Amino acid sequence: MAEVKKIATRESYGKALKEFGTDERIVVLDADLSKSTKTATFKDAYPHRHFNAGIAEANMTSVAAGLASCGKIVFASSFAMFASGRAFEQIRNSVCYPNLNVKIGATHAGISVGEDGATHQCNEDIAIMRALPNMTIINPADDAEARLAVKAAIETDGPFYLRFGRLAVDVINDPSTYKFEIGKGIELKSGKDVTIIATGLMVSKALNAAKELMEEGIDARVINIHTIKPIDKDIIIKASKETGAIVTCEEHSIIGGLGSAVSEVLSENAPCIMRRVGIMDKFGRSGKPAQLFEAYGLDEKTIIKNVKEAIASK
Amino acid sequence: MSNKELMITAYKIRKHIIEAVFHPQAGHPGGSLSIADIMSVLYFDKMNISPDNVNDPDRDRFVLSKGHCSPALYGALAEKGIIPKEDIKTFRHIDSYLQGHPDMKAVPGVDMSTGSLGQGISAACGMALAGKLDKKDYRVYSVLGDGETEEGQVWEAAMFAAHYNLDNLTIFVDFNGLQIDGDITKVMNPTPLDEKFLAFGWNVITIDAHDYDQIKDAIEKAKATKGKPTAIIAKSIKGKGVSFMENNPSWHGVAPNEEEYKQAMAELDAKLTELEGK
Repeated sequence: MAEVKKIATRESYGKALKEFGTDERIVVLDADLSKSTKTATFKDAYPHRHFNAGIAEANMTSVAAGLASCGKIVFASSFAMFASGRAFEQIRNSVCYPNLNVKIGATHAGISVGEDGATHQCNEDIAIMRALPNMTIINPADDAEARLAVKAAIETDGPFYLRFGRLAVDVINDPSTYKFEIGKGIELKSGKDVTIIATGLMVSKALNAAKELMEEGIDARVINIHTIKPIDKDIIIKASKETGAIVTCEEHSIIGGLGSAVSEVLSENAPCIMRRVGIMDKFGRSGKPAQLFEAYGLDEKTIIKNVKEAIASK
Repeated sequence: MSNKELMITAYKIRKHIIEAVFHPQAGHPGGSLSIADIMSVLYFDKMNISPDNVNDPDRDRFVLSKGHCSPALYGALAEKGIIPKEDIKTFRHIDSYLQGHPDMKAVPGVDMSTGSLGQGISAACGMALAGKLDKKDYRVYSVLGDGETEEGQVWEAAMFAAHYNLDNLTIFVDFNGLQIDGDITKVMNPTPLDEKFLAFGWNVITIDAHDYDQIKDAIEKAKATKGKPTAIIAKSIKGKGVSFMENNPSWHGVAPNEEEYKQAMAELDAKLTELEGK
């Protein structure tokens, strides 16, 4: 098999902003990280519609709201930690409450930020963004999905939280055939014994784990949930009824993210045995992403272990 | 509009403020009363705003960054005919669109939802930037509290507005010297505000917030200033127009009881009678 192509979703974000940036209504703001968030790619093409707000995320977010109130489609970018954390209340009160057309383009999400360590590894953003009324949250798994998530955010009025990563990750979707629909999960592999529901860069790990499990005679379904909110209830309920066990996988705290969202759907509709793979209510640390995935249990080995436990508990 | 007519309108706005906070027994009379004259000049003399153009992309914008003083904004909108005057008494009630803090989705003429201090000025910067991008000549006005300038975001916005030469942005700082816990210089001294805004690259004008010539003149000077935003430091009297509320921090966020309400309305009515020469 050929080497899997790897692209960081932040790269996809920058390219998509440029590709779809022809729309004069699009304005991009950044907080002194445009080379890292890749909004600089947009800036190269449309310098007059890119504004650096400096290291001042709170102001940037409310400026975005003001621009949006005048008909602009605004992307406000920073690292996930500062975009969602520092400016949380501006997102809540300036953006979500008036339901304005602001897209938070949050890059460097999760522990895969790597060497920068705990202060920059945001594993809580989905949890806090999910609690906000009017917010749509998309956590793309790869390049093709990230590109179409940006396009969908442009085409859909209202606040979005778009979560991108620093690390180059496997391209798992074929851009020529891939279809993206907000709020629709995607079954990437059928299966009857258990369902692995993954989001973001954990999707490719879930696919790898399912392949290994198949060799051991375990037939795991794999679902990619790119839209954490609104979540695809139907695909989750169906998986519960048909496979009887679910393991969620996310590069985020097990509190408040995909695992919580799926468990909420299950407990109200179709309870089944469940395990959550994610950051176990801890802060991260410096290290290479691969080392961190292993240290924090965001790897195929941990997924397989949880799958087996879930099946044994049926 | 003549200064006398503007003052009459300001006193009508003050009556709406007292009416607004009395009925729900909640709200912020002190800081609402202190900006009534500024609101009158903006809405009745300077801003391009009317019941017919509240959604027009070319209209002037207003952001009440000190959103808790919504009774002053609602009073101005009511006098302007943008919202019905009789709705004022529904303020802060469960079934009213007149929320404690302004909701742009619910109230015609409200250009930004505000209430969390520091955010309104940033949103006003966004509107001013949009005006520059679209090459429109509308102007953006915002009113901040003096205590509000203790919020760091105000200074982030101050940097931004000067950096992007937002000369279409004019802010008023309602300098009444009092915040909820008392004298602003004792709670957390944000002064000297004029020097701070100057240092941030703004055009700064200090005025008496209750002198119509000074308010009008400052707005005209702001319009004539190119390349930088203008901050008007408006020295005001908190509770202005109601004798027992003036310069008393305890009226920051407290509603008058029945007796106080009657006294306040009687004082305002007496002033109106005097002004209208009845």
